[in-house]
Amino acid sequence: MMTHSDIRKPFPWHILVFLGPGLLIYLTVSVYPLLDTLRLGFFSEDESGATFFVGMQNYANLLFSEVWSEPFWNALKNNLMFFVIHMLLQNPIGLLLALLLSSPRLRLSGTYRTLLFMPTMLSVVIVGFVWQLLLSPLWGISEDFMYNIGLGDYFDAWLGKEGTALVTLSLISVWQFVGIPMMLIYAALLNIPEDLNDAGVVDGANSWQIFWNIKLPLLLPTISMVSILTFVANFNAFELIYAVKGALAGPNFSTDIMGTLFYRTFFGFQLQQGSPTMGAAVATLMFLIILIGVAIYLFFVQRRIQRFQL
Amino acid sequence: MLNKMTLTMPWSGMNKLTLKPDLGKKLMVHAVLLTYTVIALFPILVILINSFKSRKAIFNDPLGLPDASSFTLVGFEEVLARSSFDVFFFNSLIVTVLSLFFVLLFGAMAAWALTEYRFRGALFIAALFAMGIMIPIRLGTVSILQLMVDLDLVNTRTSLVLVYIAQGLPLAVYILSEFIRTIPKELKEAARCDNVSEYKIFFQIVLPLIRPAMATVAVFTMIPIWNDLWFPLILAPGESTQTITLGVQQFIGQFVTDWNAVLSSLTLAIAPVLVLYLIFSRQLIRGLTAGAVK
Repeated sequence: MMTHSDIRKPFPWHILVFLGPGLLIYLTVSVYPLLDTLRLGFFSEDESGATFFVGMQNYANLLFSEVWSEPFWNALKNNLMFFVIHMLLQNPIGLLLALLLSSPRLRLSGTYRTLLFMPTMLSVVIVGFVWQLLLSPLWGISEDFMYNIGLGDYFDAWLGKEGTALVTLSLISVWQFVGIPMMLIYAALLNIPEDLNDAGVVDGANSWQIFWNIKLPLLLPTISMVSILTFVANFNAFELIYAVKGALAGPNFSTDIMGTLFYRTFFGFQLQQGSPTMGAAVATLMFLIILIGVAIYLFFVQRRIQRFQL
Repeated sequence: MLNKMTLTMPWSGMNKLTLKPDLGKKLMVHAVLLTYTVIALFPILVILINSFKSRKAIFNDPLGLPDASSFTLVGFEEVLARSSFDVFFFNSLIVTVLSLFFVLLFGAMAAWALTEYRFRGALFIAALFAMGIMIPIRLGTVSILQLMVDLDLVNTRTSLVLVYIAQGLPLAVYILSEFIRTIPKELKEAARCDNVSEYKIFFQIVLPLIRPAMATVAVFTMIPIWNDLWFPLILAPGESTQTITLGVQQFIGQFVTDWNAVLSSLTLAIAPVLVLYLIFSRQLIRGLTAGAVK
């Protein structure tokens, strides 16, 4: 008679069949290239295309050499600025819209929601061109509008000037993506039990106090998640700058961010020769920046918030 | 301000106590939301209405609707004549549909394997997929291009489909796993007692049950693929494999002074997304508000 432990289980083929195809594609097209890129960052290429190990040389070049360090730090600084503007505008506006959308018995809330989210659906390429046309002094729509509200003298070719181009592009991006924090925060607001609000009202709190003392603390996990999503998306951005300003991120690299720097380094542009290994080094640094952001979120923000909720 | 105004409104006298503070507040809420809706839609509307106008009307009266004298389709005719919009559109369609199909199929299968069966490495594989939600696949572009060159897939739609499957899988596995966990055990156990095969359990019991979650994943997966510029630019920039996003980007670059054509090409690129969005917006919003991406 066989005891229970004698029964040898047949190889679980079905697990392999279920998991295999997805895992195979994910490993070959996503995980392996990512690891290989990290490896390539330590190599360099000679004229024949042969690669050889150079250790930290690419990184040393990027961070400190005369030719590379200036574009790198410039792109990083611009990218930070791009991110800060999103944090200061996109997420607070999203929060405000979500609060308004969630007001009890609001008519047409479904319609508002659908319409407000619309720009988020469009390709960044299209959004870039739409705003380029609207802000173009040639067409004059924005100029006329500024004159009509009495601010005509302040109209300028914002996208064309070094001092304003990056801020203008950030605002365009904020315009497009405000729907994401709005929706996520709105969803979180719907999950706050009515009783809490009612309790606040009974205790004589006004709307501001209810927001500040009841809703905001409960929204913190969502807001921090929105922040990390914004961070990853911003430090991975490329399309908008490329669509409006081209790979050179003009004027005079004032709109250059990590994504455009990566593209130029990898493929080269005009006078600059492209280099896969140098591109890999830039991508690795982007990877590290994003990883640090995600790590801070996971280990500090999320953990603390969970404790706070208890 | 608005609160005070409502006090003097005759029709608010009926039920002063409840209506008074409420109505003012409501008006404020609508005013802000309406203003922001205008800000959100104005640029899109300007492009759509001007694409149907003559060049003269575009410049003289940019905000006017097209009328009998200014209506023209010349921009659209030019776009269709001078570029292969139909080809680009078809490329986008086929790439998006194929990627979507495989993301849903492989994603659901992997999610099922990871949540249903206990095996060594399951946790590690789940963590590997989870990382893909945060780490953009774009960072591996240098090696992805190398890989596609080695596989002789550059300038094919296959290369795009492969990349988009890899890009879409992490979120699909995550959302579908959450959903599969809610399927009652009894259902599966009953089937197993009847000697139903694991494959049949998955395809005939589980898949139909997770259809709502699949729809959510579909919408979240579809939009970034349709709108992507980076991978078409790098992996398939050839005339015959261009997607519509890349096609529009290049077309506008070439015809930047031909306003009719530029506005029309923008409209052609916006329209499909808007239609799709209006059809699926309920699903998308439900997915977002159901906390699917928590």
